[in-house]
Amino acid sequence: MHQDISLNRLAMDQDARIKALDFSGSERRRMLDLGFREGNIVRPVLKSTEGGPTAYQICGALIALRSCDSERITVSLPESDGGAE
Amino acid sequence: MEQASRLHTGSGHTVALMGNPNVGKSTLFNLLTGMRQHTGNWPGKTVAVASGEYRFAGNRYTLIDLPGTYSLSAGSPEEEIARDYLCFGHPEATVVVADATTLERSLHLLLQTLEICPNTLLCVNLMDEAARKGITVDIPRLEQELGIPVVAAAATSGKGEQALCIAIARACKSIPAHPDGGRGDCPVHYGPVIERALALAAQALPKAAGQHGTTEAPELAGQPETTEKPERAKQPEAIEKPPKTGQIGGRERKQSMPPDAPRQRFLCLKLLTGETAFARRYAQENGLALPEAPALREALRLLELSGVSPERLHDRVAERLGKRAQEICAATVSVKPDRRSLRDLTIDRLLTGKRFGIPVMLLLLCLIFWLTISGANYPSALLSRLLFSLGDHLGGWLLSLGAPDWLYGITIMGMYRTLAWVVSVMLPPMAIFFPLFTLLEDLGYLPRIAFNLDHAFCRCGACGKQALTMAMGFGCNAVGVIGCRIISSPRERLIAILTNCFVPCNGRFPLLITMISIFFCGALTFPFNSLCSALLLTGVILLGVLLTLLCSRLLSGTLLRGLPSSFTLELPPYRKPQVLRVIVRSVFDRTLFVLGRAVAVALPAGGILWLMANCTLGGDSLLRHCAGFLDPFARLMGMDGFILLAFILSLPANEMVLPVIIMSYLSAGHMVEMASLQSLRLLLIENGWSLVTAYCVMLFSLTHFPCATTLWTMKKETGSLRWTALGFLLPTALGVLLCMLVNALFG
Repeated sequence: MHQDISLNRLAMDQDARIKALDFSGSERRRMLDLGFREGNIVRPVLKSTEGGPTAYQICGALIALRSCDSERITVSLPESDGGAE
Repeated sequence: MEQASRLHTGSGHTVALMGNPNVGKSTLFNLLTGMRQHTGNWPGKTVAVASGEYRFAGNRYTLIDLPGTYSLSAGSPEEEIARDYLCFGHPEATVVVADATTLERSLHLLLQTLEICPNTLLCVNLMDEAARKGITVDIPRLEQELGIPVVAAAATSGKGEQALCIAIARACKSIPAHPDGGRGDCPVHYGPVIERALALAAQALPKAAGQHGTTEAPELAGQPETTEKPERAKQPEAIEKPPKTGQIGGRERKQSMPPDAPRQRFLCLKLLTGETAFARRYAQENGLALPEAPALREALRLLELSGVSPERLHDRVAERLGKRAQEICAATVSVKPDRRSLRDLTIDRLLTGKRFGIPVMLLLLCLIFWLTISGANYPSALLSRLLFSLGDHLGGWLLSLGAPDWLYGITIMGMYRTLAWVVSVMLPPMAIFFPLFTLLEDLGYLPRIAFNLDHAFCRCGACGKQALTMAMGFGCNAVGVIGCRIISSPRERLIAILTNCFVPCNGRFPLLITMISIFFCGALTFPFNSLCSALLLTGVILLGVLLTLLCSRLLSGTLLRGLPSSFTLELPPYRKPQVLRVIVRSVFDRTLFVLGRAVAVALPAGGILWLMANCTLGGDSLLRHCAGFLDPFARLMGMDGFILLAFILSLPANEMVLPVIIMSYLSAGHMVEMASLQSLRLLLIENGWSLVTAYCVMLFSLTHFPCATTLWTMKKETGSLRWTALGFLLPTALGVLLCMLVNALFG
């Protein structure tokens, strides 16, 4: 069964599929351009200091987002574990 | 786009170079044109349009280096510059530079570019890096999928230069085209609803220039013919000529399409997404007519009925482009999992982690300072001795020619000695610091600093990318202010601009280093004195960072109130820096440039200073009069009139502070050689300097008005005299306050 969570709650090194973006206007466009599009796979790999940004592996690049921004991205977890490694 | 039109040369060919940030576009540009545009491993290095020329097979090509962008949706100033140039600058051909290691994102941009410029070719750069990471790109297959010429390159080692030149020449039709290259356009299918809306809008366009169009449409009276004609005549022809076959809606079209078709499609898309002003301009500049209003309304209604709002349309378009890019990638790129990217990740975890991120950063900074200070010590003394003895010879020669005393005074004692001081004190540390810093930059470490510090900046209502602009400020605050363009939110950009001068630029480093080594670490012996200096200098930088954060907080709480905007930062893959090239580039481009500027200011300043020190007015020199006037206020700040005067006189260039102080003190007594720090120390102590004086001078050097160049750049970047004035007053007021505080507490 599918489980939807916001991206900032995704565990480190776990893959998830992007489901929705809660951005509008130029912010939304920037997110889309960076690869944060519905259907893309995203994986958090680096965590900065407490409360700092997290870097995500997406479209072959490493992009850092603040948690107040990644909170606005909904991802769905894979049905079973197997996508992470 | 006046700028773009000016760049467009009459003869020869104009080619636009574009790509995602950090794909080695500038390296490629330098490779082709031989220009020395500084490149660094972090996104957003090229913030303005640069152009350069090269010759190939008897033809002249002008290459326009557009700023790196992720897309052409004009969400940021760089994207707007790039898009506007493609739309209105009429390049004959466009080269999209892609990163072989992250091809998908590059393809996203390429597909967007193809919608505007069918005459585009793809250059897949960083093939060597991809190979090291176990990534292979099937170039022939890519060519097939895209229907455009594709060239593989590794710009850092010069591979692919020839092939790219040939491909560009073919695209410009200056040499015969490849038989199966350049099928031209291959638009992405946006799904049935959007395609139908596009077709509806396109139907209402007047038939383009008598070509065999796909659909018959009645001529429009809506758009006056006269405005289109002259614009059209100006266009280069090559862009219209190539016959194209393409895929529309997934169906192969074997017959050639009208040359205007892709541009009409782009125009309709812009109209449907609601970018009307842009679409109008695009139509006018490209000699296209706008579709009839009823047809457009119908197309919009169709979208609305299908639940596609303009915003949703944007999403769909981006989604489809992304999907297509993904498909192409899946067919052409193969990745072998390797240890290298795992190693990168391990390094990253160390450099950006909770526990080690910031300590490692400080350690690196300290290490660079230590290498700079200990390495520059000996060459500095040597250079000083050399230059001063040369000065003595020059002076002797000048006097033997029978030159009057005032001429000897102004040239040798004034200009030459100031110059000798500036060169011997500034050149060695800069020649060491800049290459080291450039190495870090090339390695890709700077964005990691921004990543580490973002939380602190976020809490102060600013953007983490401010750390990058601060790093640029180490070289020159004016460059740092220009670099603030990488920050997309205007509010956060303004904060970064106003606080950039809290990072000491290279003009202020020598003063700080000299103060530290004279007053704080002078008593220690060799390895310890430079270590002590490095530590203290790191402390000074930290203080600068602290002040930056404090002022950012202050500004975002008062004048520049607002919520932090969304923050996205790309952490580029680590790249092996090319050590030799880094050294050569940073010595020639940065060090000599900065030194040249310092010399240009030091020469006249030295002369004027000598005059001020030697023109007497009522028994006292002009310099003494001015200093005497400032003295009471300066005393409050723990300094003296001469020091404050030196800071004020150094408004054109911060490098001048120490030479001016020395000259002022010396003008009272007799000139001594400044070969050793010991003699300088004696001079300063003779003139009443204490530890507190040194503290205050360092503090005021760290936080006072930026130099004239920086102020002028601020004015240019903000377009406002008021913000520039604030950029002057804020650090000055803070500096005066801090100095007074220190003086009151310890003086």
